[in-house]
Amino acid sequence: MLRRMRLPLILLIAVYAVAVVGLTLIPGQDDQGQPWRMDFFHAIYFVSFLGSTIGFGEIPYPFTDAQRMWTTFVIYSAVVAWLYAIGSILTLIQDQGFRRVLAYTSFARKVRRIHESFYIICGYGDASSLLVRELVERGIHCVVIEKDQDKILGLAVEDLPDHVPGLCEDATVSEHLVAAGLTHPMCRGIIALTGDDHANLTIAISCKLLAPEVQVICQSDTKDFAENMASFGTDHVVDAFEIFASRFAMMFHSPSMYLVYEWMTTVMHSPLADFTRPPTGTWLLCGYGRFGKAVRKYITPEGVETRIVEADPDLTDAPAGTITGRGTEAHTLEAARIHEVQGLIAGTDNDANNLSIIVTARQLNPKLFTAARQNLQNKSDIYKAAPIDMIMQPGTIIAKHILGIILAPLLDDFLRLTHDQNEEWANVLVSRVAGVVEDVAPDVWDVEITPLAAPAIFDCLIRDEPVTLKQLCTDPNDLSQQLSCVPLLIKRDKEYLLLPEMHELLRGCDSILFCGLGKAHREIMHLMHDHQTVRYIRTGVDMPSGIFWQWVTRNKSELRSVD
Amino acid sequence: MNLEKVLFAFFSILALTLNYGFFVGELDNPDHHNAYELFAALVVSLIATIMKFGDRAHIGALLLATSLVADLQLITAALIWGFVLYIAEMPLSANAMASIVSLSGGALLANLISVILLVVETVTFRR
Repeated sequence: MLRRMRLPLILLIAVYAVAVVGLTLIPGQDDQGQPWRMDFFHAIYFVSFLGSTIGFGEIPYPFTDAQRMWTTFVIYSAVVAWLYAIGSILTLIQDQGFRRVLAYTSFARKVRRIHESFYIICGYGDASSLLVRELVERGIHCVVIEKDQDKILGLAVEDLPDHVPGLCEDATVSEHLVAAGLTHPMCRGIIALTGDDHANLTIAISCKLLAPEVQVICQSDTKDFAENMASFGTDHVVDAFEIFASRFAMMFHSPSMYLVYEWMTTVMHSPLADFTRPPTGTWLLCGYGRFGKAVRKYITPEGVETRIVEADPDLTDAPAGTITGRGTEAHTLEAARIHEVQGLIAGTDNDANNLSIIVTARQLNPKLFTAARQNLQNKSDIYKAAPIDMIMQPGTIIAKHILGIILAPLLDDFLRLTHDQNEEWANVLVSRVAGVVEDVAPDVWDVEITPLAAPAIFDCLIRDEPVTLKQLCTDPNDLSQQLSCVPLLIKRDKEYLLLPEMHELLRGCDSILFCGLGKAHREIMHLMHDHQTVRYIRTGVDMPSGIFWQWVTRNKSELRSVD
Repeated sequence: MNLEKVLFAFFSILALTLNYGFFVGELDNPDHHNAYELFAALVVSLIATIMKFGDRAHIGALLLATSLVADLQLITAALIWGFVLYIAEMPLSANAMASIVSLSGGALLANLISVILLVVETVTFRR
């Protein structure tokens, strides 16, 4: 850049210098007709306004013919040199490559200046944009790398409560990952959602080699890649189809458990979803791609029979008895005996086809329970308008799942443990959670009883002053009330206490998973840091905190005991 | 032989020699110091600065810094000269001349460092 400015600038200086020296050497006359020579000050002034084509006239005295001759020469050379220099400098500033370099350095500088923990998000699609919004609204910083210029512009105009630096580069190049803060001490994790398994794999392996301690969360749509990612220590591999299919199967297996899953993994302040139990019986599965395969794998053990409609049975390796066709036409659906089935899943990778399948099928069999896969987020309105009982949005599912991993690492353990529980247990849990939450989704968070995260509680434990779970959940404003939250899980060393009792004594280094209202979350966070509130909750006595008042109250109580 | 290197060294050394030419003489005697010499030293120094633009090596940064120092000193000297003559409207006194020349002496030092760095770079150049 600077190198390319050399020639225009040197030319400009050289031409100006010759012009100035010329003006000072050529004899002139002052207003009295006395011989006079222009000095450097006036010469520089004259050439400056002449070169930039401003032209104030002949100063300080009218020129002689010799001076005018020289000035004619100066006009052409200085003006040309000036225009050339300014023109080239402006071109350089407009240069795409140069602007890109500027954007890159400013991005890297912004990342370097982050002083709080942050996440790097690779790819800015449906899932990532939702994830970024949710994270930023919770006060967690994000940095985005996206190959597509348009999507980065979309990020720039997004109305987010915090500035999210975005870089328009290929995230599979490790240099860009480092610029985005991979080796930054505050980088907590990297989330690869590029929509391309191979790119995600490349990102994951670069991260594990360059910064092994950084958490890596990857999206993967195929089993091969998922196994490959897990093999070198990728912390979490997220597959939207698997998640949806296992949830879907859970609706048959245990509806209450399904509700628990739904509540624990929703986005902030979203209304609690209505729940209609899908009918067991035979289901029609349109499209036997990755999605169809995952659904079939999970619902078959639940005793749900599936009949498959697939346009290309050979390519997708469909089982025997598959009806060939897209399912968008009435005759294919009739061939699949649409009148006999209870439910239908439209799971092709084409949104228009999915909608067409649903509408056609509903006309043929109005009692059908329908589920559809929505591929693109921008089709939400049409999908909502269509007669669909259950919509599967891969982007939303991925975003919610990753959010859970980031915000409450224990949630993953909790959901795994609940899977082995029976329906009655789930009913108890649902009624407990329903007792504290209002009509919006509950917050899920976890706390750690460590000296840094919970100094007030930890100090009590060190002094052998026991703190119970009940005390932790007491409302400091009214000791007779409990905060609107349910402790779900305590992790102690390698052991798990599922739905712990309220009289459970806390121990150092416990991790506790809560679910409840945001207000309860804030109260507990405050309590863990405030010695005085902890003392008040334990003893019911509001002790003064300052030395002087402590001394006064001690004297008072001594006086009272003397009396 | 590389024309860029020749021009580069030429302007660096010319900046030093012109600067020296203006500097020598009695410190406070206006007769010993010519305005044209100062002008030439300033112009060449500016060109030498621009020649040093865009060099990413560490020594390149140092060279640029020395040149910028020389420019600053020479421009200040020229401004003082102009100030005394046209704004204060006084004849050039020994006092003013002394400060102009001593400023150019500072620039001379910077130019000297610049040339020494150039020599160092050339000596360590192995190709």
